[in-house]
Amino acid sequence: MNGTETVRGLRRLGGSPVMREVRAKDADPSNLFDTGLEYSAPARGTWNIVHTGMLIPEAHEIFVCAQGCLRGVVLTAAEMGTSDRFSTVAVRENNVTDGDLEDLLVEGVTDILEKLPALPPAVLVYTSCIHHFMGADLDHMYRELRERFPTVAFTDCYMNPIMRKSGLTPDQLMRRQLYSLLKERPKDPGKVLVTGNDFASDDGGNIPALLRAGGKTLCEIPRTRTWEEYLALAEASVCVTNQPAAVPAGKLLAEKHGMKHLCLPFSFGYDEIEANLDALSDAMGIPRPDCGEKIARCEEALDRAKRTIGDAPVEIDYTAFSRPLSLALLLLRHGFRVERVYLDGVSGEERGDLDALAAEFPDLKLSPTVHPVMRVTGRTREEKTLAVGQKAAYFASTPYFVNIVENGGFTGFDAVTGLAALMEEAWLEEKDTRSLIGIKGMGCGACL
Amino acid sequence: MSVKQTARIISTYAGDTSGVASALFELGGMTVMHDASGCNSTYNTHDEPRWYDTDSLVFISALTETEAILGDDEKLIGDCVRTAKELHPAFVAVAGTPIPMMTGVDFAAVAARIEEETGIPSFGFPTDGMHSYISGAGMALEALARRMVRDPSKKTAALTVNLLGLTPLDFSVNGTPGAMKAALAARGIEVLSCFAMDSTLAEIERAGEAHVSLVVSGAGFGAARVLGERFGIPWVAGTPCGPMFTDRIARAVREAAETGGNLAPLLPDPGTADAKGVIVGEGVTAASLASALTDAGSPCRAVSAVDTDGVLLSGGIPCAVDEDDLMPLLSGAEVMIADPLYRPICPPGTRFVPLPHEGFSGRLFRRDIPRLVTDFDSFRKENRL
Repeated sequence: MNGTETVRGLRRLGGSPVMREVRAKDADPSNLFDTGLEYSAPARGTWNIVHTGMLIPEAHEIFVCAQGCLRGVVLTAAEMGTSDRFSTVAVRENNVTDGDLEDLLVEGVTDILEKLPALPPAVLVYTSCIHHFMGADLDHMYRELRERFPTVAFTDCYMNPIMRKSGLTPDQLMRRQLYSLLKERPKDPGKVLVTGNDFASDDGGNIPALLRAGGKTLCEIPRTRTWEEYLALAEASVCVTNQPAAVPAGKLLAEKHGMKHLCLPFSFGYDEIEANLDALSDAMGIPRPDCGEKIARCEEALDRAKRTIGDAPVEIDYTAFSRPLSLALLLLRHGFRVERVYLDGVSGEERGDLDALAAEFPDLKLSPTVHPVMRVTGRTREEKTLAVGQKAAYFASTPYFVNIVENGGFTGFDAVTGLAALMEEAWLEEKDTRSLIGIKGMGCGACL
Repeated sequence: MSVKQTARIISTYAGDTSGVASALFELGGMTVMHDASGCNSTYNTHDEPRWYDTDSLVFISALTETEAILGDDEKLIGDCVRTAKELHPAFVAVAGTPIPMMTGVDFAAVAARIEEETGIPSFGFPTDGMHSYISGAGMALEALARRMVRDPSKKTAALTVNLLGLTPLDFSVNGTPGAMKAALAARGIEVLSCFAMDSTLAEIERAGEAHVSLVVSGAGFGAARVLGERFGIPWVAGTPCGPMFTDRIARAVREAAETGGNLAPLLPDPGTADAKGVIVGEGVTAASLASALTDAGSPCRAVSAVDTDGVLLSGGIPCAVDEDDLMPLLSGAEVMIADPLYRPICPPGTRFVPLPHEGFSGRLFRRDIPRLVTDFDSFRKENRL
């Protein structure tokens, strides 16, 4: 607040210039902003655990939670047109006081499966914070279900956000459990499983092209269309993860299926991308790619975008790419006027990027997305502004934005060339920001 | 074990925590859902059509496992106090979710501490995410009636009502409050305040000056009773819906104003118990539509699928929350009128008439939600009712 202005009654947007921000030179990566109550901006393109679970072909999801918690996931399924693959069991107060959560889950899931037109090959059962706090016997429940439905593969999934700071986050757990239903298969030394991404890797991207050129096969869950295709993922001999949330999935595949796990973090840094591609080439026994030409193409693309966008302000948020600071560094080094990056924390992978920004571009502004003040912050800009990411578009209130989430299927240098093209396009064509960013789970076929 | 808590394919009504936030949204307060994560995005994506364009203050507390285990209510109180001092809301409301229910958070005490430290009126609501929005909105509106409505110096000269139970979860954002005001004004009744859409907090503070409370959804019963206790204001239950039924409501309002007795013109005539048309939804609005259709020559009965006040239950309106409970009540129906997400359980041979309901399907069919106050006749004709 600016001292005298108060918030009373319902106001239209844009009245207050308030903004929480810290300069890159002053940022403490372990304590970026003061924390407390949290706000949720109306940008919904990122995927949630319903969307991700639906990646397993033919699987049925059953959520066992309180009504208030079911609401969001039920409507996620409805909006993506998969209500026929989604059911719920409501936990009520009597279940908590009576301590019959195990019976409720087993009988509830049984009731639902008996009512389905046909038994699905797999069922993802999502338990909640309540089960965790009540100490529900998950092993017993799943054992009982497997005995009752021996042809169905059950796996444990979790909607327990209260655990987001205790061990694996729900997002990490979900991405790991996607692979928990794989069964042992003979290994194919030519198969690589790109793991834990919601989007299929772009066919023109560096990793798919590298594997193709080397005569190898890329496989990943978003490309599977049948339960059998899903099971065949276990034939991969190498798995690749490129975002932090997917690392536990890679570890699971290494431990349970003996795959070699390559953690190749997504990046906009040329050296890091080249190192990733080299590591994958070495692991697969194929020639390392010539990155000089790829880098030259990146430079060309960035130059072209810069000529189009000029000195206009650019704002970036963390939902677009898992390395927002790496992206900011790349763009700033190429002359773009990046004004602000929205993020609520700095991942381990980004510490080096923050150090570099602090040294080279110390006045870059960092702002949170969940801080309560962001609810009332001014969302008008004096200049035409380009945003990269939905939250940045919302906070900057601009129709000129790159509509992308979760790296968008890019895997290497193609992220640089691809994003540069998307930035040009975004700068030249207005979008309906409100409609686009309100759609849940970008790419999931919303019925809205 | 008899399982009555499953939904193979149908949706889920908005929860009580969302109900609190929805009811208080327009009044300049700050609502905090004491929750880990998820409640806020669910609320503002599916339960709150006003979220994008306005900046009403609704937050989550971002509760963690450690805070829950340690019973660290000081963290919640401190965060609320700090934010309230920065954003200056007209009041603070803190609403619960499942884990605070399990750990026994004393929301009244939390609110008292926040009020003590900020001087801002504060409310605590023991919602737990296990009831419908009707329960939560009901608590919030009741609290407004108890705490924010001032003792009146006199009644208004004109015949006035307060509309109780107005939230977008039952009426969307299609101009229903204004349409209700106009419909009642045409019948010589002025609306003094709406709990709580399209009214300011200052207007709600004057609610004690009204002659009658008009309960337009189940969320309004609690506030109606409090206004009755505090100021002797009688209530009438019924949602203005089409000219004939709105006439009946107007007559009931006049009668209540004269006699001081509570009236529920929406309750079905005994003769409609076997009606072949079935409306499934929120109790008061469904029963009102059933009455309006019956008045118009299409006998219908209502089934409430959310928390249902005793007035409705004792008046013969059944409550069925789960699929298993609902199915027998649909048996034999010629027509089923309900939200489109109920369509998969419409019995074979029964004609389904979609009536989108924000509290059930969220934003999915928002553009198709009719404003029944004024669009009743066209809704009836278009659907051959």
